[in-house]
Amino acid sequence: MSDSGTNKNKGNWRVPAACVGVVVAMAGMSYAAVPLYQLFCQVTGYGGTTQRAEQYSDTILDRKITVRFDANTAGGLGWDFKPVEREVVLRIGETKQASYVALNVGSAASSGQATFNVTPQSAGAYFNKVECFCFTETELAPGESLDMPVVFFVDPAIVDAPETKNINAITLSYTFYPLDTEKPVAEAVTGEADDKDRL
Amino acid sequence: MAGATAAHDAHDHKPVGFIRRWVYSTNHKDIGTLYLIFAIIAGVIGGALSIFMRWELQEPGIQIFHGLAAMVYGFEGDAAIDGGKQMYNVFTTAHGLIMIFFMVMPALIGGFANWMVPIMIGAPDMAFPRMNNISFWLLPPAFILLLLSMFVEGPTGAYGVGGGWTIYPPLSTTGQPGPAMDFAILSLHIAGASSILGAINFITTIFNMRAPGMTLHKMPLFAWSVLITAFLLLLSLPVLAGGITMLLTDRNFGTSFFSPEGGGDPILFQHLFWFFGHPEVYILILPAFGIVSHIVATFSRKPVFGYLGMAYAMVAIGAVGFIVWAHHMYTVGLSLDAQRYFVFATMVIAVPTGVKIFSWIATMWGGSLTFRTPMLWALGFIFLFTVGGVTGVQLANAGLDRAMHDTYYVVAHFHYVLSLGAVFGIFAAWYYWFPKMTGYMYNSWIAKTHFWVMFIGVNLVFFPQHFLGLAGMPRRYIDYPDAYAGWNAVSSYGSYLSAIGVVIFLFGVWEAFAKKRQAEDNPWGEGATTLEWKLSSPPPFHQWEQLPRIK
Repeated sequence: MSDSGTNKNKGNWRVPAACVGVVVAMAGMSYAAVPLYQLFCQVTGYGGTTQRAEQYSDTILDRKITVRFDANTAGGLGWDFKPVEREVVLRIGETKQASYVALNVGSAASSGQATFNVTPQSAGAYFNKVECFCFTETELAPGESLDMPVVFFVDPAIVDAPETKNINAITLSYTFYPLDTEKPVAEAVTGEADDKDRL
Repeated sequence: MAGATAAHDAHDHKPVGFIRRWVYSTNHKDIGTLYLIFAIIAGVIGGALSIFMRWELQEPGIQIFHGLAAMVYGFEGDAAIDGGKQMYNVFTTAHGLIMIFFMVMPALIGGFANWMVPIMIGAPDMAFPRMNNISFWLLPPAFILLLLSMFVEGPTGAYGVGGGWTIYPPLSTTGQPGPAMDFAILSLHIAGASSILGAINFITTIFNMRAPGMTLHKMPLFAWSVLITAFLLLLSLPVLAGGITMLLTDRNFGTSFFSPEGGGDPILFQHLFWFFGHPEVYILILPAFGIVSHIVATFSRKPVFGYLGMAYAMVAIGAVGFIVWAHHMYTVGLSLDAQRYFVFATMVIAVPTGVKIFSWIATMWGGSLTFRTPMLWALGFIFLFTVGGVTGVQLANAGLDRAMHDTYYVVAHFHYVLSLGAVFGIFAAWYYWFPKMTGYMYNSWIAKTHFWVMFIGVNLVFFPQHFLGLAGMPRRYIDYPDAYAGWNAVSSYGSYLSAIGVVIFLFGVWEAFAKKRQAEDNPWGEGATTLEWKLSSPPPFHQWEQLPRIK
């Protein structure tokens, strides 16, 4: 390559070593993006990620908002899953309880796990759930049905932000996925951890 | 000079035997040649796939793919129609991946940069010649894996990867459970490893092995463009590798990075993908920027206008290219503020790009222009790239993009900047350096015919696609309503003309090797000032045994 002395050769290795460092760091960052992105979604309500609230709102506005409920099942889960009421009209800040009901219409016991989001997605930051059934594993025997409550309120700050002040209906959507019991145990553990974080 | 080289031949240490010369090669020029041959083969295959697509789209209805599916996969009856639809999507996917990873990148970076960067900076070879060999030989297995993926099961009961080159989940995870997707992911892993090794090699070569007096600010613009490209590769490819590894583990090992049932988010993949994907499009075009700068200067007989501005414009394009990725994702539900930011950042890129376009024009201004073949291609590049740039600025606007997203308008845009931009850059480089690399002169008449056929052909293919896109024709469908028939037919005729252009190109290469017209050391006259023109044509097997001194 070059006919320079050993001293200079040492310096030459710095460049490729730094390059390798950059590659490793960028690959690491791509994985670091996973928890960071989740954190980002929770903080900002990005992508319709709803907020978890410890206490009810202390201000209740006169303005009303419609909350619609949507229910889906995916991946061939043999459940009849639907909201009890299609929609409710409530005052912004007011706490309401709604419920979903799931019925196993299949011939065998099966278990599922629900995820959710809200649309318009920009409303996610203002949709607070005090109690919900998301990310908990649910098992239903054939013919068994289960009532699942959701307690929520819409943050009064929604009327202040220019992006969300004109929203007069929010859709809360749940999807039940089948839980494959043969999947690695690690996944179930992650699922429970998420339950705490993202309720 | 030529006489001096002849004297050197005696101790050239050229390896004996075909296998040792080419398979075990550690010589940057031989590896560059291998890369160019590989790129031509991959380009012909990738181009053939696109001809099939245009053939299919020439008329409304399904013309050929049900027959093709019956022939290749053995489907019968109505199953052949469904199989054919999937096959069409497989063709679009493979066309995109092949052209990006196995045609443009090997040609510009592996081929021309490998050949010319060491010579231009006055280095005897690349910094890591054996790693260079590995970089090349990783590509054929990667390419074979991608080709194999077309023949194994993808979605249940059908073959190949049909999710587009962006391989978004959930279509690439639960949507296509068969092994085809795994083949494609492994192929991308290997091609990515090849490019990362190549990038490390270029950065080390350019930083450590410049000839005495060759400061970074005296370095030819092509070397600058390759240096910046190598940095983009180094920063972006590991992110793609991470993203597709997550896809792989989601598919096979029960992780849930992108599956909502386990708390993942498919949109995260799009962020990771485009964090790689947007710099990737600059990786494809930057080396062409460097090449065009040399060609325009050579055939204007003037130094390039605003050398430092040109170099730092590329640096700026590369840097800003990393913070605009979500303009590919305006429709995923970004917040308004995020959209505002990405619109603004994206439009900022037009500034350094404008600096380059205007500097090329200023280089020609008042120059002593000769319109030899490389110059024609370079001018074609500037014109077509600018057209693609204008539609790019339009599409940068989130409000407009929401209507244009995934229509043929986007297809027209990125083919104007890449298929017509980068590929014209490759052909410009080919004709510019062909005499230097082979020692033979191409036939100018054939070369110019190639240019005009190609220029008319590709414009016929892609200009009408603007109209189709504006009329709302979506991408990635095998069929379309009758209303789109007219311009689709024109587009298809253009693709046949372009195919004829490729045949003329291959014929021209054959003709040059058959006729063996000896090329001069510097066939382009006083405008060609970079170091490669100080060597013989073709250059000696080992160049710069006496390092050149740059004043």
